[in-house]
Amino acid sequence: MAVKQIVMGLNGDEAVAYAIKQVDPDVVAAYPITPQTIIVERFSEYVANGEVHTEFVAVESEHSALSACVGAAAAGARAFTATAANGLALMWEILYIAASCRLPIVMAIVNRALSAPINIHCDHSDAMGARDSGWIQIFCENSQEAYDSTIQAWRIAEHPDVQLPVMVCLDGFVLSHTLENVMTLPNDIVKKFVGERKFVTVKNHFGKEVPLILDPENPITIGPLDLYDFYFEHKMQQIDAMGKAPKVIEEIGKEYGELSGRTYGLVHPYKLEDAEIAIVGLGSTMGTAKIVVDKLREKGVKAGLLRVRAFRPFPVRQIVENLKDKKAIGVLDRAASFGAYGGPLFNEVRNVFYDQDIRPLISNYIYGLGGRDMPPQRLMTIFEDLQKIAETRRIEKTVKYIGVRG
Amino acid sequence: MSSEEKLPGWREIPIAGVPYKPSTEYKTGDWKVYKPVINYEKCTKCMFCHTYCPDGAIKIREDGFPEPDYDFCKGCGICAEECPVKAIEMVKD
Amino acid sequence: MSEIRTLKDLAQKPDLLMSGHRLCAGCAAGIIARLALKATRGPTIVTNATGCLEVATTIFPYSSWKVPWIHNAFENAAATASGIEAAFRAMKRINKGPLAKYEHVDVMVFAGDGGTYDIGFQSLSGAFERGHDFLYILYDNEAYMNTGIQRSGSTPRCAWTTTSPAGTVIPGKREWKKPIARIAAEHEIPYVATASPAYPMDLVKKVRKGLEVEGPAFVHVLSPCTRGWRYPPEKTIKIAKLAVETCFFPLWEAEFKNGEIVYTLSAPSERIARKPELKKPIEEYLKLQGRFSHLFRPKRREDLINEIQQWVDREWKLILKRCGKL
Ligand SMILES: Cc1ncc(C[n+]2csc(CCOP(=O)(O)OP(=O)(O)O)c2C)c(N)n1
Ligand code: SF4
Ligand code: SF4
Ligand code: SF4
Ligand SMILES: [Mg+2]
Repeated sequence: MAVKQIVMGLNGDEAVAYAIKQVDPDVVAAYPITPQTIIVERFSEYVANGEVHTEFVAVESEHSALSACVGAAAAGARAFTATAANGLALMWEILYIAASCRLPIVMAIVNRALSAPINIHCDHSDAMGARDSGWIQIFCENSQEAYDSTIQAWRIAEHPDVQLPVMVCLDGFVLSHTLENVMTLPNDIVKKFVGERKFVTVKNHFGKEVPLILDPENPITIGPLDLYDFYFEHKMQQIDAMGKAPKVIEEIGKEYGELSGRTYGLVHPYKLEDAEIAIVGLGSTMGTAKIVVDKLREKGVKAGLLRVRAFRPFPVRQIVENLKDKKAIGVLDRAASFGAYGGPLFNEVRNVFYDQDIRPLISNYIYGLGGRDMPPQRLMTIFEDLQKIAETRRIEKTVKYIGVRG
Repeated sequence: MSSEEKLPGWREIPIAGVPYKPSTEYKTGDWKVYKPVINYEKCTKCMFCHTYCPDGAIKIREDGFPEPDYDFCKGCGICAEECPVKAIEMVKD
Repeated sequence: MSEIRTLKDLAQKPDLLMSGHRLCAGCAAGIIARLALKATRGPTIVTNATGCLEVATTIFPYSSWKVPWIHNAFENAAATASGIEAAFRAMKRINKGPLAKYEHVDVMVFAGDGGTYDIGFQSLSGAFERGHDFLYILYDNEAYMNTGIQRSGSTPRCAWTTTSPAGTVIPGKREWKKPIARIAAEHEIPYVATASPAYPMDLVKKVRKGLEVEGPAFVHVLSPCTRGWRYPPEKTIKIAKLAVETCFFPLWEAEFKNGEIVYTLSAPSERIARKPELKKPIEEYLKLQGRFSHLFRPKRREDLINEIQQWVDREWKLILKRCGKL
């Protein structure tokens, strides 16, 4: 039985801030950037009103925001930050360091296009630039999920098999600034679900098994110089941890579901079982796409969709299982990878089917750059294209750009 | 077999790049060409040599006299240069 | 700091930087780190910016540090320290978390001149402004040594480095050394000092004071570098001392008290202020170092030596003024 919940009118940023308030981490270090700003502002209010015990570090840049989180998390604290676009780009160096030092930091990314020209609206180019940094990346469909994932993220990050930082991605403006009814859990339930931070142990340079934190009683060294004799082994450990993350994300998503009635996994299928054509994508667009699927179903078209919630780790098995028997698949990318053969999600999805005997026809639709709208009609044209591909068994153009003027 | 293969594998070393050996297991003593030798008849136990040694290679004995630890002394010669009573001589190692 | 009054007392304090590190023979950074660690007063966490000290003391799988230590990156040591300090505060607030068991935890930073004057300046200034309780120790070897002796905002005028070579047209670095310690003091933080490994008791006292004050503290230590300054390793202390004796690197403290920045000369420089004839000509300092050799060979560059002397005199006068000695 799910616990009693309170419905609150929150936009995506407020939902994240509220979740963080309930988690009450030790340190929040953040720097404002549209469309993430509301998170920082709301959280500052919680601090100002003494609603959290958090030490809020109003840093002078995003680079310092994540750097401070690294220091805090290494000192055993729960540390949170939030950013978008240019801010994430400025953090880039430290993204890798946070992941490599195995620090379970949680960060909200309010997805926004990268400059230039400067643009404050949604696309996924910011998060995609961080896809190889060693962070877990969760993409949310709505503010409810932003709230729910911000709570789950701590459990995933701190899981002893994982010990990796987590990004909770939500679409700028579409989610961050749009009011929604969000079901919230009571404080004590959130506290209990998240629990206390536990620490994995390592052997230090005095031969003692000690917690992986900066504790004067049990000194360890974090961030040494690593040469060709050990660096690869350390990367192998990160690869291994990412490999263990899918199971953990699913377990925690399920446990959260038992508590809240909202279960989360790595991928979220919609009317996919008997579908012949399907789209695959990330974030809020997939919410709109459900309406389009419903319309097509009314017309008797066997359409469905698969929303990828975890982009890192990439859910290879789940993608194959859900899509292997489809005739045509359209992968939606809200980011361009200049010079590549298609967008990042497309590349990953198509890649996993290479090993399969029967492969669906897969094409790529790049859309929504810099906040360009993706209304149902536009999604409808994609499904129409997929219908044609399914019928003719031919893809005329593998990578298409949707909604751009010629 | 290359020397890398004799080193521990990724499952055997601590995660997060945490070092697991004290640097005292790495002897820097073989860097030196000259080594400091203390004339204890002259030494006044002033402790300048210990204080100025960049390598912490001058230990204090129970009797309060300084003693170079040749396992780590790199032979820089600072101790000899700074000894106020010239009690330290640098001799070929 | 009643327990350390003499070098003998200091020698009794255990070394928290272990031997076996791989700094060059005669490197002052090793002396400075050892001394600073001997000045700690209790539980301490160290963070180190990228640079010679960081690299040479933590070559995997080895570490020389007996205190908890973290290296994050080159330009963010002050931000990392901010995070550690914030973590401790938060844990104390609810008396929960792994650091809550300590009455107090000191946070100490080591960073080179590159990580301080240049690339790390923003994060340092930000951390000062926010008022975190930490001590930042700048070991200043006046160039990017770890990457092979490139000029920094700290490299003095005319010094040769690999990116300010002494050419036939340009005689080494063109710019003057940035007055980083005075800039730090202008942040109105509780404590700023300059120190030298040649004056160990003075250095240790300043480090301790920097730890004791509440809020940010900055100790700027000149760190002669045998490799980059081009002098034989045994001369490290001689050169450090000459920097003070020529007033190239005067020793002072600046405390922010009752809304004022109060500068005080430290004993070695105070002596010179009282007896100006003790002030040695800058040439004595320059001629020991290969990085300035083009000022003497093949032709003596009186013009440049004079220029440097004038700069030293001007800066010294400025410090004397700040210290109320003029
Ligand atoms: C962002 C970044 N840029 C450049 C470097 C390369 N780098 C590493 S150490 C260093 C110089 C360090 O100079 P300094 O801070 O003076 O310390 P030193 O090595 O002289 O002790 C540089 C340029 C880096 N590690 N990170
Ligand atoms: S510096 Fe010279 S006199 Fe002083 S303790 Fe060392 S050896 Fe003895
Ligand atoms: S020669 Fe240098 S390294 Fe060796 S003991 Fe003397 S000061 Fe230390
Ligand atoms: S290059 Fe200079 S600063 Fe670096 S270890 Fe060598 S002597 Fe020390
Ligand atoms: Mg330097």
